[in-house]
This record gives sequence, C-alpha cells and structure tokens, in this order.
Amino acid sequence: KMRRGVGAGAIAKKKLAEAKYKERGNVLAEDQIVQMSKQLETFKTHLEEFASKHKQEIRKNPQFRVQFQEMCATIGVDPLASGKGFWSEMLGVGDFYYELGVQIIEVCLALKHRNGGLITLDELHQRVLKGRGKYAQEVSQDDLVRAIKKLKVMGNGFGMIPVGGSYLVQSVPAELNMDHTVVLQLAEKKGYVTVSEIKDSLKWEKERACHVLDHLLKEGLAWLDSQAAGEAQYWLPALFSELTSRDVTPEEANQMTP
Amino acid sequence: MDRFSWSNGLLEINETLVIQQRGVRLYDGDDKAKLDLGVTLLSTHRLIWRDIKNHECCIAMPLSQIIFFEEQAAGIGKSAKIVIHLHPVPANKEPGPYQYSKYSYIKLSFKEHGQIEFYRRLTEEMTKKRWENTPVSQPIPTGTGSQAGKTRAVGIVGIERKIEEKRKETDKNISEAFEDLSKLMVKAKEMVELSRSIANKIKDKQGDITEDETIRFKAYLLSMGIANPVTRETHGSGTHYHLQLAKQLGDMLQAPLEERGGMMALTEVYCLVNRARGMEVILRKCTHNCNTTLYFHTTHKHLWLFFFLFPQLLSPEDLVNACKMFESLKLPLRLRVFDSGVMVVQLQSHSEEEMIASALDNVSEKGSLTAEEFAKLLGLSVLLSKERLLLAEKMGHLCRDDSVEGLRFYPNLF
Repeated sequence: KMRRGVGAGAIAKKKLAEAKYKERGNVLAEDQIVQMSKQLETFKTHLEEFASKHKQEIRKNPQFRVQFQEMCATIGVDPLASGKGFWSEMLGVGDFYYELGVQIIEVCLALKHRNGGLITLDELHQRVLKGRGKYAQEVSQDDLVRAIKKLKVMGNGFGMIPVGGSYLVQSVPAELNMDHTVVLQLAEKKGYVTVSEIKDSLKWEKERACHVLDHLLKEGLAWLDSQAAGEAQYWLPALFSELTSRDVTPEEANQMTP
Repeated sequence: MDRFSWSNGLLEINETLVIQQRGVRLYDGDDKAKLDLGVTLLSTHRLIWRDIKNHECCIAMPLSQIIFFEEQAAGIGKSAKIVIHLHPVPANKEPGPYQYSKYSYIKLSFKEHGQIEFYRRLTEEMTKKRWENTPVSQPIPTGTGSQAGKTRAVGIVGIERKIEEKRKETDKNISEAFEDLSKLMVKAKEMVELSRSIANKIKDKQGDITEDETIRFKAYLLSMGIANPVTRETHGSGTHYHLQLAKQLGDMLQAPLEERGGMMALTEVYCLVNRARGMEVILRKCTHNCNTTLYFHTTHKHLWLFFFLFPQLLSPEDLVNACKMFESLKLPLRLRVFDSGVMVVQLQSHSEEEMIASALDNVSEKGSLTAEEFAKLLGLSVLLSKERLLLAEKMGHLCRDDSVEGLRFYPNLF
C-alpha cells in the first residue's frame, strides 16, 4: 500500500513528478478512475434505456440471450459475475440464471442416490422445465450450460462431459479422467457396457477396462448386473434413467450392487 | 421430384400468378420429400414451391412437364393430395433439390386445405396452356439472389408482398433489439478498455493510488462485470458489497449451520439464501396465486429479514467472494476447501478436533461406516459426511477399505 508523502518537500516533489508525467501525454491512473466514474454513469443511462425497450426480449427469447452472452464474452464482460452488476440489476439477466442454478442443484441432489451424480443434459433439462411449471419462462439447453458454468466456482464438482452429441452433467467431485470419459461415451448407445466391448472398441487390455469400471462402480456412477446373459453388464443409471418405470428410493438403491 | 429446378421464385414478364396455397408438403412419389412445409404457387407457366421458414429454398417446374393429375381424397390422419404425373426429365434441366428420382410422379399434400380450389385452377391452366402462347423472354433461371440480374421481375404479386412485409417486420423487431444491443456493447467495450488501462497503471505503479481509489475501482469493475486479475493478487476480489454480504451471512447462517452439525456445502448455502430471497419475489406476485407451498422449504424465519435488505439474488461468485471475507471480518464462520475441491461454510465453534472425534466415535461404535451410513446417523448430506471421514482418515484416526461394494471406514488400530 503506497502512502502519499507528507511534508512540503514531498508534496512539491510529487507535483513535479506528476507534471512531468502529464507532459509526456500520460494520464494518471487516479484521473482515469475519475473519468471512469463519469463514464459509468453515462453507461448506466444507456443500459437503462436499453432495458426499458428490450428487457422482455432477454427474459422471453433464448436466442437473444445467446446473442447477448456471446457479445459480452467478446468484449470481455461477464454479465453473470455478480448480482450487484448493472447487467443483473437492470436487465434481470442475473436473476434468471441464478435461480436456474438453484433448480439445477436441487435436481442433481434429488437424483444423486440413483445416478451417482451424473445426469444427461436432456434429462436435466426436462426435469428443470417440469419443476418450473407451466407459466415459467422458456429455458434452453444453452441457458443450462451457462448456469452450470457459473456453479463450478462453488467447488461442488460441477462439470460437463461430452457424450454422444450432447453432454453428461457431473455434480459431484468424483475424479473422471480421459479413460473414464471414453468408457462413458462408449456406454452411451445402450446405457451399459461390458468388458469385451471395451476391449474390442478401444483395444484396451482387460486390466485397464476393469480398473476404469471398478472406479465407476465405487463412485456410484455404474451398477453391476452380474446376472446378465453372457457377460456381466455395467449399467450407467445416468444414461438409462428415462427407461426406468419408477423412481428408486435411496434405501432400494443401497440394496442393489454396488 | 427430380423434375424441379432451383428458382428465385420471381415471376417472368408475361407470367402471372394464378393461385397460391400455404401448408403444402411435397412427396417424391409415395415418399415424403426431404423438404419442410411450404407455399405452393401456380402460375400460368410453372408450378413453384417455397419453404415457409427459409425463403431462399425455392423450386420450380414448368407446367409442360405435367402429363396428367388426379385428386387423392383425405383419410384419417391423412391430408388431401393432388398426384401429378410427369414427363421424363428433359436433358437441359437446370439443377434442383433431387438429382434423380425413381418416381415419375409427385404429390402435393394440403395440410391446410385448399386442395379443391388448387385442383380447379390447375385444371384450368392445363387446359388453357397459356405458357404456349406467351413464352417467357428468357429461360427460367436457377439459383437465388445472385441470378436476379438476369431476369426482369414484373413485380411481386400483392399476396407475396404482404408475406414478405410481415416477415420483415418481425425481423425488424428482433433486429432492432440486436442493433441496440450492438450499440450498447460498443459503449461497454470502451469501459473495458479504460479499465484495462487503469489496471495496467496500477500494476506498473504509475501514479499514486490510494486504498480508497482501489476500492472504488473494484466496485466499478464489479458493476460492469469486468474481471480484475491485476488487483486481485494485492487486494482480493472483495468490495463493500461483499463485505455487507459477509456480515449478513454471518448472522443468517448461524442457526442453519447449528442444525447441520456446523457445516454446509457452499451449494447448499447458495440454494438456501437464494430461495429465501426468491420468496419475497414470489410473495409479491402471490396476491392471487396460491402456489406458495412449493417455496416454503426454508425453516428459518430470520432469513426472511435477509431479503428486505438485499432484493436481488446472489451469484455464485458473490457468495464465494463474501465467504472469503469471513476471516478478515472476524466473523465466527469460515470458508473451507477440502482436498476434493468441495467448498463448505463451517462454524468456528465446531472445531476440527470435535469433528474428527465425532467421526471416530461413530465409526468405533458401529465397527465400520460408509459415507452413506454416517450421513444417515448424523442427518447430514453424504457429501459432507464423506469429507469428515476423509479428514479423520487424513489425521490417521481411520483407515479405509475400498472395494467395489463401496468405500468403508474402520478405526485405525495401528
């Protein structure tokens, strides 16, 4: 922390330095901060005007939101950084995404006992829409992705894994490396995978395949069906949950393997 | 369908529009054509079809291609159709959507009716054969816009013009918003550049910035949503706003934390706080809507006070930045990050030793515990139960048995 020099000599010295600085055509940082304050007031007015005309557009039109977000990113502005930001206060962008964040967390938490903390973006989308009710604003998958990106900062292991043209959303801090991801992608088509399939498709040794599958079992992301005809099948509840006819309670989940 | 050629849909001199009908789907023989719903137009010379959504997608076929045509009545779940049988493809046909077709007939499926009138007009035109009397001055052009110079359009007929105007108006509303947005972004960009200049100067220590000025600068950055990598190292990301927030959280989270054994995941805090704030908004709207039951999750009455003071929702970053200030404000809460990356808010009073002792006690009593079992015992989330067990393990009080059955902890007797 710099202190302003005290005493007449120090003040004179400082004034000289400033004068020389200005002479070279440079503007002092503190002057620029004053300038910024003024410009900020002007900007706020422009934003208010924009909000009065187009606030509805942001709330109602997912495409417009995408455009808005991309423009912000291009110029180096994050409209979702703070609820106290102008964008949030005047355009209401913040509230939309922060509330969505809450809904995403709640859905993931409710299903964690079943899918181990891994859910397809599609299923998450459907459940969030259902939770929001008929009269709520439309929410696109792009909106979800942006909200999830913001949730990452809270350290709960939120992440997105590309799988089969879409994404799996992770909401637990389970460590998933490239090997795990590739096996998830392989399992995407049928909702399950076998050791042989991994060996055939990925050309891995059996040990490597088993190591990865064991990790998924331990993390609760995969369930073992050892009674399947032929070979043991490793099912990923995140991928097949649309097919199950009823919800499994936590107690029931605990009784199944693993 | 291989008799059609790409077209710009503009009428030739001497060509007149006879009738047009919306909601028409084309069939290649008995198969649905790989095109969406469109408008079909009958002129004195051609059969034209244009995609309703994508106006660039426009195809046409001379009426001379038609041998004969017949009606196909509507059925259950099936629209009425006109089946049109065609001459073979002429050698000089311009390119179109289909290179080849195994069928020599197409169908027009009338999803929005209009089949009767269309059939009548088509019959009339095929009888009169007006295209033979008034040939167009040039061959029918292909492609879109870029070919426009070759043809002289007589003028877009009234109905087509109206459709075009309506589309432009919708586009205009949206494009006005985009235009205003672009202008706004230009101004925002100026702010970003100015802030970068200031940040660089602070970094290079050009000029004499006081603590006050730095704080003000950070507040400006916060308003604009500009990240401040330069000042973060020296002064942290907090502003007065976060300071206020930290104090409020300090008050409001006491009881919830006590109830949950002194620890809450940050995501839990986020939901709790934002739900409480959201309630105020819901209540304001709730004069005639009785769906408040969904929102009565919070069990702490004093959280209601919270939202009167700060009307808007918190961003995840706001929460993290506020929690980081607990220690410097000497509040009885701490933000803590576990090895796994999980972030929690913890009561100072619930010390590390207590938590570890409690974990050891419970595990010893039961012989062994998994995170799920421990969670059930304490009424905590599985996530946090696991962290406590891991912590006790780290301190050497517990050891693990990691199998496919799950992760189980035992007292460390070594």
